[in-house]
Amino acid sequence: MTSPVKDGPVKASPVKDGPVKDGPVKASTATATERLQRLLALVPYVVSRNVVGMEDTAAAFGISERELVDDLNLLWCIELRSPDPYCPIDLSYEGGEIVVSEAEAIDRPLRLGVDEACALLIALRMLADLPSVGAGSALSRTIAKLELAAGAAAGPSAQVAVQVDDITAQAAAAEVAEALSGGRRLHIAYYVPGRDEATERDVDPMRLLLVEGHSYLEGWCRSAQDVRLFRLDRILAIEVLDVASEVPAGAAQVDVDHGLFRPSPTDVLVVFELAAAGRWVAEYWPTDQVEELADGRLRVQLRTPDTQWVRRLALRLGEDGRLVSPPELAEQVIADATAALSHYA
Amino acid sequence: MSRRKTERLLSLVVCLLSARRYLTATQIRAAVPGYPDSFDAFKRMFERDKDELRELGIPLETGTNAPGDEESGYRISRQAYELPDIRLEPDEVAVLGLAARVWRQAELAGAAEGALLKLRAAGIDAEDLTQPGIEPRVQTPEAAFGPLWEAVRDRRPVAFGYRGAGRSTTLRRNLEPWGVVNRRGRWYVVGQDTDRQAERVFRLSRIEGTVDFTGPAGSVTVPPGTDVRGAVRDWDSEASAPRSCLLRIRSGAGYGLRRHALREEPDEVPGWDRVELNYSDTGWWSEHVASFGADVVVIEPTDLRDAVIGRLKGVLA
Repeated sequence: MTSPVKDGPVKASPVKDGPVKDGPVKASTATATERLQRLLALVPYVVSRNVVGMEDTAAAFGISERELVDDLNLLWCIELRSPDPYCPIDLSYEGGEIVVSEAEAIDRPLRLGVDEACALLIALRMLADLPSVGAGSALSRTIAKLELAAGAAAGPSAQVAVQVDDITAQAAAAEVAEALSGGRRLHIAYYVPGRDEATERDVDPMRLLLVEGHSYLEGWCRSAQDVRLFRLDRILAIEVLDVASEVPAGAAQVDVDHGLFRPSPTDVLVVFELAAAGRWVAEYWPTDQVEELADGRLRVQLRTPDTQWVRRLALRLGEDGRLVSPPELAEQVIADATAALSHYA
Repeated sequence: MSRRKTERLLSLVVCLLSARRYLTATQIRAAVPGYPDSFDAFKRMFERDKDELRELGIPLETGTNAPGDEESGYRISRQAYELPDIRLEPDEVAVLGLAARVWRQAELAGAAEGALLKLRAAGIDAEDLTQPGIEPRVQTPEAAFGPLWEAVRDRRPVAFGYRGAGRSTTLRRNLEPWGVVNRRGRWYVVGQDTDRQAERVFRLSRIEGTVDFTGPAGSVTVPPGTDVRGAVRDWDSEASAPRSCLLRIRSGAGYGLRRHALREEPDEVPGWDRVELNYSDTGWWSEHVASFGADVVVIEPTDLRDAVIGRLKGVLA
């Protein structure tokens, strides 16, 4: 039987037995098991570090210090009754520091679950395909150690693969990584497919992004005086300049977790009616609205700042998709097709 | 009473981990506070507790201490429970942090976070020590990803509605999934199509409606040596041999084509260039060329020329 620690949690009476009402409330079930997972990690977290600060620990677990105190009190209150009552866990959190002096059987974390092991291994193997990450042998060493620690749970990760951008894109990635780590400005020739133009500009690199299967340079474009994304496979030429990069303090990173395409009030709203053979449009670009019509036809509404791109898409689609709105753009597409056909007359 | 439940489950875990023998339900009830007095009510609650612990991945074992024992008991083997010792160098910790961020906002984000939490609990300080500015991400916007990952993980057959490229109808497909692969930002599932008795690849964004499990866990066998990456790559890439074409491109236009030019020279018509290029699929290439409108004209071959004219006429149809 442990004795209460000075300034430690005040020992409440052991949990009273008696019928516990545990109605079929889903939410509370989830929180009870989630909290159990946290507690089973919290004890070894402290044990493996001998002494830890309350503030750091709360931050590591993403909880408030108040919640942490509640967790520590709960752990301290655990009592088993047979054959004799005893408290398996003893701890104190005096002066903002946690010490676990008795942790019985839960001083090591639980094994990784299949989803947990696989999530990390799939991501690590994907990174191993990206020389620009520059992690070199650290990746293969980490993969090997994690596989060993995960044991059988690592198995299914071999059945999931993430293949990223092609090799031509990765050539520019090395230059971008060099500029990022050295804090240098880049000069790029960039192909803008919507306008079918090659443009030259200076960019102060911010991040190298890999999103939706493509690599992007995010940077402060000195011509546009704004943050821009450049797809690496559209960079025609790249040069690391002997000039320090100067990203303005107010330059905001693109929120990649909510999609790369940010609608803007100045965007044009366009409507296409797609035949079955043109349905891929809805798979490739974010749509505002998709409506099923008869015979597998689809009516899609999308937003774009680039009407030139819309005209080119309409020409590409031919009879597989008709631009129905805005009408003046639809007329322009008819004129484009007529002009193109005149070359074959 | 979620706090009470947490206390009860934690006590149960500690009790079973500390036990050197299998404990019967009666012994557990005597040792772990928080169970109801009525034996039937206890049994029901204990059954649910066992399920929930197993769902968390806690290896709860059932067995008897001696061959003659009538009542079976429970225990948690420490060896099966504990994460084996793992130590990482600072550069390994850095790549681990980067890997965990890959799934942010995607299907396995919670799992990656959970893994990181356990590794932190093992003494690893997974801070953001990564090289500045590199942010790889994987997205899973397809609703079918979750159930198909579960099916692959648990080796269960599935059925789903699928609309093939350019098809106007949805067909029900039965699949023994072998793996899921992301290629250039899109997810695919590879497996044995049990209706067609052949290997098939499906794109997740073309799956319509729900993915249903059609058999128990463990009932799918992945053939040894299966290369799920290779299967998707083969399905996705063009098998046909490259052909050459000759285009007339307006000066100052057609960068998207000129980038891949084999040969480029001024045309006899002023203001135009002659550009030679390789392509493999006439259908796709004719769409691409048509998208340049009046800036590009096909000189040869004839079938490509006809295909582009057909595309453009389709706009006017």
